Amino acid sequence: MKYAYFPGCVISQRENSFELSTRKVISKLGIELIDLEGASCCGFLLGAIDHLSSTVMAARNLTLAEENGYNMLTLCPACSGHFTRVERELQKDSKLLNAVNKALGEVNRKYKGSSEVKHITKIFIEDVGVEKLRETVIKPLKQLRVAPHWGCHIVKPSEEILFDSPENTRLLDSLIEATGAECVKYLEKNTCCGAPTMGVDENLAIRVVRENLKSIEESGSDLIVTVCPFCHLHYDLYRGRIEEQYSEKYEMPVLHYTQLLGLAQGFDPDELGVYENRVAVDDVLEKIYA
Amino acid sequence: MNSLFKWLIRNKKHLILLLTLALRVIILKEKSTMISNQESVINIDELESEFTEGVVKAGSEKLKICFQCGVCSGSCPIARFEEAFNPRKIMIATALGIPDRVLKGNTIWLCATCYSCQERCPRDVQPADVIRTIRNLAVRRGITNPYFQTICGTIVNHGRLFNEEEAEFFNEVRADMGLPPIPFLDLEEVTKVFQHTNVKKLLTVEDGEK
Repeated sequence: MKYAYFPGCVISQRENSFELSTRKVISKLGIELIDLEGASCCGFLLGAIDHLSSTVMAARNLTLAEENGYNMLTLCPACSGHFTRVERELQKDSKLLNAVNKALGEVNRKYKGSSEVKHITKIFIEDVGVEKLRETVIKPLKQLRVAPHWGCHIVKPSEEILFDSPENTRLLDSLIEATGAECVKYLEKNTCCGAPTMGVDENLAIRVVRENLKSIEESGSDLIVTVCPFCHLHYDLYRGRIEEQYSEKYEMPVLHYTQLLGLAQGFDPDELGVYENRVAVDDVLEKIYA
Repeated sequence: MNSLFKWLIRNKKHLILLLTLALRVIILKEKSTMISNQESVINIDELESEFTEGVVKAGSEKLKICFQCGVCSGSCPIARFEEAFNPRKIMIATALGIPDRVLKGNTIWLCATCYSCQERCPRDVQPADVIRTIRNLAVRRGITNPYFQTICGTIVNHGRLFNEEEAEFFNEVRADMGLPPIPFLDLEEVTKVFQHTNVKKLLTVEDGEK
């Protein structure tokens, strides 16, 4: 299985460990990545000031994958979600499609709509299959209790994304269970992490993530597992800010799903960038290697 | 005074009437403060139908059938902690055409775009997309937010959330980790596309300065 790899800004900027662990785990699943030369930002955030520019930017990236002939794989649900929504909108709205192709005409490109975009977890579920994933596990993580955090854009809005059920998410649980770990239930399982408001109102964004962390801690889990670089960053990076604002200490570590899978596949923590995480994961590793 | 008191005791009807009147005055006074608190009085001069039409034309026709059930606000992770952000109120103020109430402060910029409201809205109003459209219209009125200006400035001018100098630094980090460099981006191509959509005129920040 070959995919065009769309890097996404936050991954190459601050979450390289997600990409590193992905490249490791897919080598065991028969997935090969072709780096998408010419890729820019997906355009999602630009939607705040101009919807057309944000759509054109996504469409330009999609033409790169069309040229390249492979379906696109992303690690960031904001990217995959935006691409999918743009694809659906361009299918329905011929006026917008014309406007997009007019802009792309300036650089001799044309959006055809022939490529599909999938988040890595969607590829695990739909193209690889949980069973095959389980077969690559050589070190089942039976000792671990995990709080799964899907995030928002991976499943919502569901009528366009068509993946899992946002009100009753199950698929990340099944991916985690494939590693041998146990999933816990917690109140804020499907709540936004708060990251998107960080730039506008820091205190508010911290308030949201603190509430989620409280609920995760009550669940008695050993760690949080995320599939979104924004969620990971927001859970991982701002513990000091929470402590400052609320005088509460949360030590719950956060791993990318691919890091968890990699550990179960027998990779060294170092090979998966596990030590790049800001919140110490020592307790988790101790439990695994005990 | 004493005789008045005695007279009132004797004529109980008058006493009750007097007490009821006093109670009424108190209730009315309470009510008037409640009204001004909730801003439920709409001044006709505030109404601006172009604002509503602008949002509807941009694809949010269903805004007009919002029946104010409040599922959006009840589902919103931001409204839960921040009174200033209330999607239900944003919907009604936009449907009625009262831009001042929507565009004041940083209200519309607080939306996390988590799509919880969009997922649950029983009228399919798509509140998150309505808010995106309102942001687009706000920027065209010169009302904007420094954070979004900065990141959009960087995206428009550098094609990504970081500039070329930062990319070099990130590539060094990536090389140390054994990762390939960030793919090459022909910035001229991105610039040409954005010249066509004329997005630069919406930026108040020169070069996405931080």
